[in-house]
Amino acid sequence: MTSPSASYAIRAEKLSRRFGDTLAVQDLDLEVETGRIYGFLGPNGCGKTTTIRMLTGLLQPSAGRVEVLGFNLPDDAEKLRLHIGYMTQKFSLYDDLTIEENLRFIARIYGLNARAQKQRIEELLSIYGLQAKAKQFAGSMSGGQRQRLSLAAATLHKPKLLFLDEPTSAVDPENRREFWEQLFDLSDQGTSILVSTHYMDEAERCHKLAILENGIKRADGSPDELMQQMGSSVVEISSSELRSLKQILIALPEIISAAQLGARLRVLVKDSVGDPVGFLSQQPSVKPEDQLNRVRPSLEDVFVTCTGVRADSGEQP
Amino acid sequence: MNPFVRVGAIAAKELLQLKRDKMTFGMIVMIPLIQLLLFGFAINTNVRHLPVGVVDYSHSGLSRVLIQTISATQVVTFTRHFTNLPEAEQAIASAEVRAVLIIPGDVSQRLVRNPSVGMGSPSASDAETSRPVAQWLVDGSDTIVAGAIKGLRGMPLVELLDKPANRQTPTFEVTLLYNPEQRTVVNIVPGLAAVILTMTMIMFTSAAIVRERERGNMEMLITTPVRPIELMIGKILPYIFIGALQVAIILGLGFLLFNVPLNGSLLQLALATLLFITASLTLGLIISTIAKSQLQSMQMTIFVLLPSILLSGFMFPYEGMPLAAQYIAEALPATHFMRLIRGVVLKDVEIINMAGDMYWLALFTLGGLAVASIRFKKRLD
Repeated sequence: MTSPSASYAIRAEKLSRRFGDTLAVQDLDLEVETGRIYGFLGPNGCGKTTTIRMLTGLLQPSAGRVEVLGFNLPDDAEKLRLHIGYMTQKFSLYDDLTIEENLRFIARIYGLNARAQKQRIEELLSIYGLQAKAKQFAGSMSGGQRQRLSLAAATLHKPKLLFLDEPTSAVDPENRREFWEQLFDLSDQGTSILVSTHYMDEAERCHKLAILENGIKRADGSPDELMQQMGSSVVEISSSELRSLKQILIALPEIISAAQLGARLRVLVKDSVGDPVGFLSQQPSVKPEDQLNRVRPSLEDVFVTCTGVRADSGEQP
Repeated sequence: MNPFVRVGAIAAKELLQLKRDKMTFGMIVMIPLIQLLLFGFAINTNVRHLPVGVVDYSHSGLSRVLIQTISATQVVTFTRHFTNLPEAEQAIASAEVRAVLIIPGDVSQRLVRNPSVGMGSPSASDAETSRPVAQWLVDGSDTIVAGAIKGLRGMPLVELLDKPANRQTPTFEVTLLYNPEQRTVVNIVPGLAAVILTMTMIMFTSAAIVRERERGNMEMLITTPVRPIELMIGKILPYIFIGALQVAIILGLGFLLFNVPLNGSLLQLALATLLFITASLTLGLIISTIAKSQLQSMQMTIFVLLPSILLSGFMFPYEGMPLAAQYIAEALPATHFMRLIRGVVLKDVEIINMAGDMYWLALFTLGGLAVASIRFKKRLD
């Protein structure tokens, strides 16, 4: 690969996909650098899975240009398959095969010889802590174990690029943390990773991320960049009557959102308001004894500013 | 990247899954076993002991002897006596009896003049002599039952009058080859092999691709470098052995239990069976690429299975069907295998002499594999 795109694992221009009358993905531009972890953040149904399926060659784009690892899609999809790994949202290995049998099946499909198979499978079992469960049926495992098996299977052939579609949706927080450690290990070894999620803490771990809503990219950049360029300020109000205050503030055109966090109200004020603390304290509903503090924005605030909805409030697909 | 390794990987995985699926695994043996026993004993076109009634207007000793003589043939059993005709017709309509014998009052006069009794040699133009002895009223809706009663039309009545038989020379001499005793089971058992193979082979593979889709494995499978044709061949390989096992069960038990001969060469039988198994399996694969769910694939299997039973010559002679139905039958692999297996097993035919049937099965397999591979897209849209 000598093309100038060599430093990019994925490049997409004006990528669109239509299902009947609905546009699932619309004019998506995407640049994923080699060796980085790139995140898709968005509520369920925002087009994350559709985009990943287009980038892996499983779906044909309705319009747009895609280049993955230097291969043009959809024409070179078959050649690309040797170099990518894909962990599907739903567990897609065989429930009625054991962990070892599942891995051996994948190893044979990718053409590893008997010695390489044995060596690689043992290596994966130890990396993902599955040695003790090697003879157990995949269907009888916990969510965390299935997820580690899926990652082992997706990385068995040492792909250059790994696609992970909501990999941690069926996993408890501790397993999630471990899982991300493993992703950073893979990234450290030079694997480019594209991961979709609707968890803010996961999105924050990505080198770069794109916020998707209704098939449209609302913002992209590193988590820090996104927070700095947010276009709104965050003010926390401590008050005694938060519920009624929230209703009044939300009606104001300058306010993007107000969310209660325990005894405080987290208010997003548009940047068009020069002095957000001053603006809020002049509101008649804010009492003089209430405390107002300007705070550092979080990724959640970025998300709400971009989309007007919370990431985890989406409908289940 | 070796395509044989990938085919092997798919086949090994299918075998493992099959081994774990105890129900399906049991069916492989139980379907041929039970159906062979059931149909081998049950299906019989040589009708015996049909329940019939009688309306006797003569009330003579002669009529009683006549009834006994007819009973002795074992074709019918007299179960009812009726006093009048309407009562008898009612019994036929309600299927209490399948036929009724009406013995007229002048039965003795008719009998002595009947040519089969051989009293003198009356001229054929004599209307008095050509009158039959009695009449059968038959439920003609079932052609096999009607045929059995019709077979009684020319029965000799010499025993009735204790006279030597009037030996007549038949117009034709008929020699029955291959099944001289006319046992239905001889024809049924090889045919049953074809029907059972059609059913199990199509059923197993028609679910093969759909199941991967339904269980969510397809998305993983199509992101791997496996090619459609490798997937198809890997999916049918394990079932070739299963099909061969089923044929062995059917023909082996047919030989042991029903004394159905195995006249032809086993190698030739194996060749014909192998071709038919692959043809049926690819038909199942095509179904599998069309069906959206396992339920749909089952419905389509039955859609193919019924004509394979009814049109293939298993139950009714191929030659008796109209031309259009014969064309449909010709398209079905079961029709060709029915001829091949009956030919090899019963008549010791060399399959080289039935090359047309072999070619069709081979062509069907290759064409089917191509269609299934082309229809199977490694994409989700």
